[in-house]
Amino acid sequence: MAQSTRATPAQEPWNDPHAQPYIRIENVTKKFGAFVAVNNVSLNIYQNEFFCLLGGSGCGKSTLLRMLAGFDSPTSGKIYIDGTDMEGTAPYDRPVNMMFQSYALFPHMTVESNIAFGLKQDRISKTQTTQRVQDILELVQLSPFAQRRPHQLSGGQRQRVALARALVKQPKLLLLDEPLAALDKKLREETQFELVNIQEQTGVTFMVVTHDQEEAMTLSSRIGVMNAGEIVQTGTPTEIYEYPGSRFVADFIGSVNIFEGRITEDEADHVRIDSEEAGCSLYIDHGVTTTSGAKVWFAVRPEKIAISRDKSDADENCTSGTVQEIAYMGDLSIYHVELESGKRVRVTMPNLVRGVSDAITWDEQVYLSWRPSSGVVLMA
Amino acid sequence: MSRAGYVPLGERVAAGAEPLSRILWRFPPYRWCVTLLQRMGFTGRSAVIAIPYLWLLLFFLVPFAFVLKISLAEALIARPPYSSLFEWTEEAYLVIKMNVANYQFLIEDDLYWTAYLNSAKVALISTFFCLVIGYPMAYGMARADPSWRNVLLLLVILPFWTSFLLRVYAWIGILKNNGIINNILMGLGIIDEPIVMMQTNFAVYLGIVYSYLPFMILPLYANLERLDRTLLEAAADLGCRPIKAFVYITLPLSLPGIIAGSLLVFIPAVGEFVIPALLGGPDTLMIGRVLWDEFFANRDWPVASAVAIAILLLLVVPIVIFQRFQAHEAGA
Repeated sequence: MAQSTRATPAQEPWNDPHAQPYIRIENVTKKFGAFVAVNNVSLNIYQNEFFCLLGGSGCGKSTLLRMLAGFDSPTSGKIYIDGTDMEGTAPYDRPVNMMFQSYALFPHMTVESNIAFGLKQDRISKTQTTQRVQDILELVQLSPFAQRRPHQLSGGQRQRVALARALVKQPKLLLLDEPLAALDKKLREETQFELVNIQEQTGVTFMVVTHDQEEAMTLSSRIGVMNAGEIVQTGTPTEIYEYPGSRFVADFIGSVNIFEGRITEDEADHVRIDSEEAGCSLYIDHGVTTTSGAKVWFAVRPEKIAISRDKSDADENCTSGTVQEIAYMGDLSIYHVELESGKRVRVTMPNLVRGVSDAITWDEQVYLSWRPSSGVVLMA
Repeated sequence: MSRAGYVPLGERVAAGAEPLSRILWRFPPYRWCVTLLQRMGFTGRSAVIAIPYLWLLLFFLVPFAFVLKISLAEALIARPPYSSLFEWTEEAYLVIKMNVANYQFLIEDDLYWTAYLNSAKVALISTFFCLVIGYPMAYGMARADPSWRNVLLLLVILPFWTSFLLRVYAWIGILKNNGIINNILMGLGIIDEPIVMMQTNFAVYLGIVYSYLPFMILPLYANLERLDRTLLEAAADLGCRPIKAFVYITLPLSLPGIIAGSLLVFIPAVGEFVIPALLGGPDTLMIGRVLWDEFFANRDWPVASAVAIAILLLLVVPIVIFQRFQAHEAGA
């Protein structure tokens, strides 16, 4: 299995059977009346991790976050933080801080007193408070704004005040609820890297809730994909993207082409699938555990499909269709190709050179092909 | 244009439809009037703003000028019972006679000072009790289930549907020696003699607090209902217990509501006449009563007007403070 490039085994405690999880969520269920917001979720998060809960709206990710912060209590199940059972512990007694989606800055206090608020509650000495507030203001580059009120700041500055206020208490776990949702695209991209830097500098365990898959991919060491109150898959961004476990995950993260088919040959090192939708026989270089003839799905990402006018030599993993749509995005072009089965396939091609005169155009007959290692077989 | 569905004005104009103002523009009288007004500096906007100003001018400033005029006159046994400010003499002089004696009298006579101070004291204490009782009520309403809030709000406003005078009279029935409270207590054998509650300061405070409580609750409720609850969650998250969160977050943020409510109670309570007259005893000296006595018992209109002007000046101070505070809040 391909590994994330930046991680070494020591940095991947989730692959180490002896590692002690820092936050343990055990069979947590939360019901609001008859509605099950979070359904039997179990999750281990390790120290210094940047964990991302990713899911659409209403999937229960925020509820899970609120249960960690202590604003909601689980209907059943347990939450352990650093080995301590959190049941019955009020939010103000938890070693957890949260950065709210709305930032929830106190409008009647200056930036400085907003940040000092949490330290004041812990009865930390005045000199130490001032020192820590100064340090954190420097970290988030807001020192010149210490005496401003929240409404005198820009959206990005407010976001950093909220982050500083939650970080200054050096919590065991920092919860971030859609931390970048209120920022515009450009600022969001800058802030993403800033967040990662701050997390690395402070060493605090971060847990982010987001609906933005790009954000999740950039920020996190691991992603937990949620759907309808359940965690469907956990893994590093690379694992989630390249080895999705289900059609839902494959479709939710990035775009994907999915072909329905039946297994015709199932060996340890390869699988052959007959797919009418794809219009060809599919050969995949990894084995699956299923019976021959079972209904499966084959998923392949748009950037892993090659588009050309010439038919390749192989019979497998090669199909043809006509170009229906072309979208020029600058860095790449997106082609929508309709196969003979009527299935539409999305293919992206990087624009490596400028102004190609004989580029593939509308209504042209093209051949699509991909390597045996390019796609995955999905059982669900 | 199709008839189905609403088309915004901007689009209708863009599509060639004419707004009303342009159709009216074709009629010369309209055009002349508008041009004339515009030359004089009036626009449609200033016409809208003019309405409240006109209202204030007609129903506040003009009567105030009358009262001011009378306060500078001399009392006469005549009709009207005061001298006129302007007089034409036979040599065609316009004589303006201003009599400051009424104000001098106010300062020299202890009665007025005591009445002023007493009014301020009664109003202040009543405001305090309104705040102490009204704050928890407003807080409870703001925190109630949204489906209940309108019902609770209605309950607060409900007393206004009955005449104010009637409600004060109802208190007489409750408080008097053979009233409801005394009858119940004596019937239960808790007391042998009725407790004297009528015509005491207690009854005046009770009456004022009861009557003005809604004026405290409504602005407070409006303020507390708007309070962002995530701020309290944020405070809790940062290690703040609920009571401290109330002191550090809710209370400071509800200060504008507290000030608005307090002024709405304090200002009318200072000049209150009906409640002390009906519920208070002869020793309940309040400026509203003094005013009434000067007008109707002594028929000394000039002194009564001087008292009225003095109350107004005393009340302007807290109002100006409030305005300053609001401007500061808005500009901060």
